[in-house]
Amino acid sequence: MPKLDKSAGDILIWLLLMTAPYWLPAAGSYVELGTHVVVYALAAMALNFLLGHTGVLSFGHAAYFGLGAYGTAMTIKYLYSGTLLGMLVGVVVATLAAAIIGPMIVRLRGVYFAMCTIAFGQVFYFIAFQWRTATGGDDGVSAWHRMPLDLGITSVDILNNPKAFYFFALAMFGICAAAMAFLLRSPFGRTLLAIRENERRARFLGIPVDRHIWMSWVISCFFVGVAGTLFALMNNFVDPRALRWDQSGNFVIMAVLGGMRSFWGPLIGAAIFLVLQDYISSHTENWMSFIGLFFVLIVLFFPRGVLGLVRGRSAS
Amino acid sequence: MISGAAPKKLDRRIVIKGAVAGGVAQLAAPFVLTARAAETVKIGLDNPLTGTFAALGKNELIGAQLAVDQMNAKGGILGRQVELLVEDSTSGDTATAVQKALKLIDRDKVDFLIGNINSALAQAMANTSNQKGVFHIVPGGHTDTVTGSQCHWNVFRVCNTTRMETNSVSKLLLEGYGKNWYFITTDYAFGHSLQDGFEASLKQANGTKLGADFTPLGTTDFSANLIKAQSVIPDAIILLLAGDDMINCLKQAVQFGLNKKFHIAGAQQELEVNEGLPPDALFGDWVFEWYWKQPGVPHVEQFVADIRKRSGGKVPTARTWFGHAAMWSCQLAAEKAKSLEPIKLAKAMQGLVLPPEVALMPNNPYYRIGDNQLMPTLFVGQSQPAPAGGDPEDLFKVSQLVKGDEAALPVDQTGCKMEWPS
Amino acid sequence: MTQLLLFNVFNGLIIGAFYALMALGLSLILNLSGVINFAHGGFLAIGGYLAYTLIPYLGFWGALLVSPFLVAFIGIVIERVLIRRLYGRDPLYSLLLTFGLAFMIEDGTRFIWGAQSLPYQIPGWLAAPLSSEYFFLTGYRVFMMILVGAAVLGLFLILNHTRLGLRIRAGTLDLETVSVLGVNVRVLRNLNFGLGIYLAGLAGVLAVGMLGLEPTIGDNLIMPSFIAIIVGGLGSLPGTLVGGLLIGVASGVTSVFFPSASEAVIYVMMAAVLIVRPRGLLGEEGRF
Repeated sequence: MPKLDKSAGDILIWLLLMTAPYWLPAAGSYVELGTHVVVYALAAMALNFLLGHTGVLSFGHAAYFGLGAYGTAMTIKYLYSGTLLGMLVGVVVATLAAAIIGPMIVRLRGVYFAMCTIAFGQVFYFIAFQWRTATGGDDGVSAWHRMPLDLGITSVDILNNPKAFYFFALAMFGICAAAMAFLLRSPFGRTLLAIRENERRARFLGIPVDRHIWMSWVISCFFVGVAGTLFALMNNFVDPRALRWDQSGNFVIMAVLGGMRSFWGPLIGAAIFLVLQDYISSHTENWMSFIGLFFVLIVLFFPRGVLGLVRGRSAS
Repeated sequence: MISGAAPKKLDRRIVIKGAVAGGVAQLAAPFVLTARAAETVKIGLDNPLTGTFAALGKNELIGAQLAVDQMNAKGGILGRQVELLVEDSTSGDTATAVQKALKLIDRDKVDFLIGNINSALAQAMANTSNQKGVFHIVPGGHTDTVTGSQCHWNVFRVCNTTRMETNSVSKLLLEGYGKNWYFITTDYAFGHSLQDGFEASLKQANGTKLGADFTPLGTTDFSANLIKAQSVIPDAIILLLAGDDMINCLKQAVQFGLNKKFHIAGAQQELEVNEGLPPDALFGDWVFEWYWKQPGVPHVEQFVADIRKRSGGKVPTARTWFGHAAMWSCQLAAEKAKSLEPIKLAKAMQGLVLPPEVALMPNNPYYRIGDNQLMPTLFVGQSQPAPAGGDPEDLFKVSQLVKGDEAALPVDQTGCKMEWPS
Repeated sequence: MTQLLLFNVFNGLIIGAFYALMALGLSLILNLSGVINFAHGGFLAIGGYLAYTLIPYLGFWGALLVSPFLVAFIGIVIERVLIRRLYGRDPLYSLLLTFGLAFMIEDGTRFIWGAQSLPYQIPGWLAAPLSSEYFFLTGYRVFMMILVGAAVLGLFLILNHTRLGLRIRAGTLDLETVSVLGVNVRVLRNLNFGLGIYLAGLAGVLAVGMLGLEPTIGDNLIMPSFIAIIVGGLGSLPGTLVGGLLIGVASGVTSVFFPSASEAVIYVMMAAVLIVRPRGLLGEEGRF
């Protein structure tokens, strides 16, 4: 029974995502909001790979998100204005940084790990802020834009056509989501779950816990880097704010809001957060009170996030 | 902790339903007019309403709303009523500002886009509006690139460039105080371009920059910077800070007694900042971009009275004027072009002179051809505590008026290369 | 140069004392209840705004005295209604809830008092420097130091010489046993929260003398407070005090050589502490 529910849920979500550019405007919204949701959902799901599935909280994921964004933006602006190359550079930079920093923090746990990720994140923020000649400082990397995708046989105008860019972002999201799902279902993924459930027991079973956490960390940062590249492309702009700890906080909130223990939870969290904020802020300048109240109510009445309620008391 | 039993689910649902109903009731009276009458002309305002620039954004909004009501009373734009759509860009989140701009352009199909106070957001929005080919006025974002190196045919600006501000006041500072300056500057586009402007003035006068401290936006404690500044004994300590940072720094400078030992001055200052300062911190030489007390200048008193009615008795600030002038510029351009088509509007804006009831200042401001920058008058003067028996908001004494086009760089030095669509 | 350095060390201690005040409140709440109070900055803002509102009625000193108690009372009510439901759950949920609370507080203060910065005037004799040479030692800053010192002293007296303090300290180590021994843990947590919020309110009243009073006044102070706690050591109040002072001094000294880095240096310090000695300077091993 649960398995059928799960497949039905997956299909429903994919259906909604793939037809979004058509029903969003009809619902009084706009395509770019959908793109925004997809990008943030990818970032939140990437974070959740580490948080919900391995049990390790990072509050510094924005650093790798931002590195992906800056890598893309600076490549397109200064080197070569090709979308895919820009994305590649961004993702490589983000992943490399994560791989190098990982060993330094992987011994830590809990709040210590989280605060250390903040510290590194802020160091990157500081560099982006100070290195004005390269990164434009607080003003960011502007005066560039994404180029239409040249696929050889045809060119996809992701620059001027919002629908085209949405599908491009969705395609990237889909590939990453599939990869994450595959990894989580593999023995590696099961090991991560074991570490989340009871780290000491996992260690006693002979599992090299620190190494697994490092790998989970790098994978998680890889995918958040991809989200970062999409973020830069979406805005045709990136500034140090993308690297700050409050951006990291947004990812955590989306994951917790939607449900840390489920695969699609962060997507739901991102969708609710962004759509609600967009809608309410258009109608009242006091939108912060409503959003704040919403968070409070969610925490009080949805103990396991929104999806936690939907799935009832079934085991994760 | 008692684990959740089934009855709790029902409680949850009831509470949520109640909250949603309550929330919907609240939202049922939006301040944004979303009546989708097809004949209205839509102007989209994408400006900060929350965060550190909330007070400035609120004032620009009030000015804009007055303008829209005035316009509609006179028949609107090209015979159609004007609808103002307001979005909160937040004070620093570029992604949100750009997203809201796209919302206004793609979903609401606005004919005019207005915004942003934050220089970086303004530039990002300008690049977006250019990509979409929408007519865009920046009321209060000062970074020079908007009408400089990243200028666009469809983007116009009401407020001064930072270079205009520094040029207008530098002569006063050099002659009055001396040529050796120490800078404390907010570390972003706005601060940097102000400092560049002053450094150019210093160079021209053979002055020296004794030192410069760049502080991040949101710095709360300036004691270290002030300690450094006073240690080199400058002729003037130049504060190029934004909003609340300026308040914090001035308060701390007064507490250190530095205003008694050194001259403290800067470029741009705003009434909103002065209203946040205690009386003993109201000093220094600054430039305002508009001031409410202009005896003898027509229409200003009426404007002040109109705004007082809408703002709970407070006078308009430069920000109010920016919002008001930006809106009216849209109307004037449309009337001149007899069209809402962006290229025609932009062409109509070239050299457009603001009539006295919109200009609200001497010297006929106009939009300069070649960089789309308005050439207003700048108000140089000193901050002062409210004079006894006078208006509590009379916190600035204008000593000199400088014409914008005399303080501005010539078009070919701004870095603007305007490209028009074919 | 040495004089400049010395100036900045002293000044850093003053600012550090202020960070410590904020951080102590946070630490109290975190240690006993495991709640990460992201709304701490919001309570600071409320403290400042209430003081501003009370000055016409009670004068500067009256407002200074009364305002933190009012804020503490608000804190006690919020604990009873909201925070209480978070105990025993993953601290992430307290983060999310207090984050939402922070949003509501910021918007609420903006709604009530407006977005415009409000002019807060401290008494003239307090606002002047004590000497011409040591001009950065203003009356107000010295007053702040004295007040922070008094608050810290008061806190330690409460914790070490009253029954409430004893129970709080015991509860921090083992709440279950304390409960079994007959202490009303609910009331204990409530009062502890109130005490922490009192310190936030006090910090707020002190802050508005130096900073502009507007809704986001607490935003930039919350991170340094967390860092002070980590550097000093989670679970240790003396550690938090030391941590606060240390980051204040580090920030001040850095601004002599590299002013733009004065904010970043405290993060680097935190990273260094976490990598080399995760429990912090005075923390106990194995906590959290």
